[in-house]
Amino acid sequence: MPPTDTSHPDYFHRVVDCQWACPAHTDVPEYIRLIAQGRFTDAYMVNRESNVFPGILGRVCDRPCEPACRRGRVEDKPVAICRLKRVAADHKDEFADRLPQVPAAKNGKHVACIGAGPASLTVANDLLPLGYRVTVFEQFGEPGGLMRTNIPSFRLPQAVLDEEIGAIARMGADIKLGHPVKSMKELLERGGFDAVFVGSGAPKGKELKLPGRQEGAANIHIGIDWLESVAFEHVKQVGREVLIIGVGNTAMDCCRTSLRLGAQHVKVMARKPRQFFKASAWELDDAEEESVAIIVNRSPKEFVVEGGKLKGMRFDVMEYDIDASGRITAERVTGEEFLAADDVILAIGQENAFPWIERDLGIEFDKWSVPKVDAQTFQSTRAGVFFGGDAAFGPKNIIWAVEHGHQAAISVHRHCQGEPVGERLAPGVNLQSRKMGMHEWSYANDYNPVERRLVPHVSLKERFKKLNIEVELGFTAEQAAAEVQRCLNCDIQTVFEAKLCIECDACIDICPTDCLTITADGAETDLRTRLRAPAQNLGQPLYVSTPLKQTGRVMVKDEDLCVHCGLCAERCPTAAWDMQKSFVKWPHAEDQPPTCQSSLPKIA
Amino acid sequence: MTFIPKPKVRHPSLPRNELGLTRRDYEGALSTLCAGCGHDSITAALTEAIWGLSLEPQNIAKLSGIGCSSKTTAYFVGGAHGFNSVHGRMPSIAMGANAANRNLSYIGVSGDGDTLSIGLGQFCHAIRRNLNMLYVIENNGVYGLTKGQFSASADMGTKAKKGDTNQQPPIDPVLLAMNLGASFVARSFSGDKEQLVPLIQAGLRHRGFALIDVLSPCVTFNDHEGSTKSYAYTREHYEPAVNADFVPFEREIKAEYAEGERLPVVLHDGSRILLRKIAPDYDPTDRVAASAYIQERLAEGEFLTGLLYIDEGQKEFHELNATPDGPLNGLSLPALSPGAKGLDKIMARYR
Repeated sequence: MPPTDTSHPDYFHRVVDCQWACPAHTDVPEYIRLIAQGRFTDAYMVNRESNVFPGILGRVCDRPCEPACRRGRVEDKPVAICRLKRVAADHKDEFADRLPQVPAAKNGKHVACIGAGPASLTVANDLLPLGYRVTVFEQFGEPGGLMRTNIPSFRLPQAVLDEEIGAIARMGADIKLGHPVKSMKELLERGGFDAVFVGSGAPKGKELKLPGRQEGAANIHIGIDWLESVAFEHVKQVGREVLIIGVGNTAMDCCRTSLRLGAQHVKVMARKPRQFFKASAWELDDAEEESVAIIVNRSPKEFVVEGGKLKGMRFDVMEYDIDASGRITAERVTGEEFLAADDVILAIGQENAFPWIERDLGIEFDKWSVPKVDAQTFQSTRAGVFFGGDAAFGPKNIIWAVEHGHQAAISVHRHCQGEPVGERLAPGVNLQSRKMGMHEWSYANDYNPVERRLVPHVSLKERFKKLNIEVELGFTAEQAAAEVQRCLNCDIQTVFEAKLCIECDACIDICPTDCLTITADGAETDLRTRLRAPAQNLGQPLYVSTPLKQTGRVMVKDEDLCVHCGLCAERCPTAAWDMQKSFVKWPHAEDQPPTCQSSLPKIA
Repeated sequence: MTFIPKPKVRHPSLPRNELGLTRRDYEGALSTLCAGCGHDSITAALTEAIWGLSLEPQNIAKLSGIGCSSKTTAYFVGGAHGFNSVHGRMPSIAMGANAANRNLSYIGVSGDGDTLSIGLGQFCHAIRRNLNMLYVIENNGVYGLTKGQFSASADMGTKAKKGDTNQQPPIDPVLLAMNLGASFVARSFSGDKEQLVPLIQAGLRHRGFALIDVLSPCVTFNDHEGSTKSYAYTREHYEPAVNADFVPFEREIKAEYAEGERLPVVLHDGSRILLRKIAPDYDPTDRVAASAYIQERLAEGEFLTGLLYIDEGQKEFHELNATPDGPLNGLSLPALSPGAKGLDKIMARYR
């Protein structure tokens, strides 16, 4: 097969599984090392550069990094990346002086952001240091968007939101609270903005149209609206018996919130078996720890209302045929069940909605009333109007919203400077050797077999006393010190220089996970079968060298289970292997080419 | 050398042998040899071969003398017995241990200095007695521990790192062993595990003295241009004549072979070595012809490798001396000690 092109920025980036899986490409191993050194503020700032809200995300991120983590393949559990992020946020010192400086002289461009959620705030965060004026319009009296209204405070305390949003506000974002945008037309025509970013989220909960819905309306709630009412303290209690319909992460927040508002028995009703649940495994665990019952194979049939009062719900009992690949091939109803309820909360999905965008502005929508948005530039069909976060492509999560914000900020910047939005700086990777001397590497390369630490929780007795008691306590210093040692330093890359290799086999003999093979070249499918240990993860490319000097064979590395211990480099007599830290440069607005920067005012 | 030990973590899908052990379970202590030393590759080949035979560590005895090579025994099968003897005297220790307990697998690892200089006499007599052991020479042509002087296996004309040229003829352990009547003679290269691992397995299962001379470049003192034992030179001048595939007894029962392609040699325990001849006229069972061919090729500067000679018919030490079947520690005291009367009888025979 052709030799691996390691100059392609994606190659080494992909080896860092967590960073590759993170929508915002957070340099996870780097900040974990900083935590290990006790440099919490530095770790926080490495985070902030990519994900802007480390304290928030350290609690409630959907953590796509963790299922991707190599430690989960080498052993069985991934590094607790998300909770380590929180450690950085919890232990950091003052960081205001480290934020990008915002120039006093502005560049004369004014950007409107609609909705003060993570996407809009990221746009503001990226554009303010470049001299833009940014005005954020927020319908509620508090900024944060769904982070504040939909995530209960026992998972994400208000103080954390206030701190991280406050940092952006202090950079000079003009956040207009209680200021819903009622007409896009008016904003575009009379607002005087050079660009508009729509980060208004997916605020519309899905409805369940079944018999009895109207009659029982007083006790039937739309999940995200109900959570919002709880967040703003409009709702302070709920009935004894509560049914949650749906089994996504919103359902988990609804059931746990119900328990804190007086519910005694909470059942989460799922149409399908557990393997089809949308909720993250850890959110299910947390709910079940609190004795929430999750009932599978129940399809809602009707709301039962007697005398104008909701009595409960009737369900069809379902049965499914599931084939070997895990797909449902047939379903049938095997019976019926009635469950009593004082309140029913619907958590079956949400969508974006734009009743306030007139349809004659050149902003095109598809047949489902979803705006047509370019997946790279986030520009709508009207130049200068951009969408991001849940508003762009429907509900995802906070970390995606942040990345959308970063990308949209680049587009806004280019648009305002008169540059084509589609021509963007490509990502890059820099490599830097970590060799310090004889047998000395500037990273901790010994494999620590310690198991994943568990985050301590407030006791089940205490946590229900108030709505806003944060359940997770965060790692203790000792736990964090152990957990950081589990990181495999996947960003310290094994870099091979074929022309130096004398084929002595030293690296192959010493590799603890049998990643390396010197063998005759062949097609990839064939090569994968001829390695010292089977390379079964097809998602992880093989690292294949150019032909070696002495025999013309090739060095093949299966990156999949490399623990980055550096022993190949340590044992190599000719330094054909070296350990080099990869810095993935994922460009933000501030990195755009000089043509774009020339018109910017100088930072004082 | 390195000071960083190999971490215990292993590939989760590593295969297991009949004892349920992985290759990693057969490793030994951290090697203190130079990074890139051929000896470390031989260690890895030994580990792999022993794992593949599912030998129980407690039934292995590792023996060595002095030199870089002789450190090797510390680096594989940590759970085995070991004896690091006086310089060149490893065959005597092996002899004694083997006489006392014939049931262990004996693996001697030595170097060109330990075997061909100070220990040459010992080496020769172990061959004569057809001592049942695997004797591996890690042959690099220099005294690495004393900074790279020529050893007795240094080839004529080879250059030292500082530029001296060797003018004395080498002792070739393979030819020497053939002349002395060895029953299993092989040559291989540390950089060719595909050849070396089955040779080690065959040697371990051969009943009698099995010699494997392994060309093992000294990366520090003998891997330069002008050296005839560097990685590059060895690769250019080593010529596989007969490759041996070791087939354990259990698998042998079902195997079938195309006529002519492979020559099966049945070992005493029922397993086989399949000889794949690369040089068509070469006959590894004809001592005289094989010797002549090896010398011919040597004269042209080529090192013939593979299983160069095998004779499963020769009697080994215990057979020759009609010793008891089991280890001596299993004998009862009366059987072990003839007593005063018995001794008198023996003495009387010599009067």
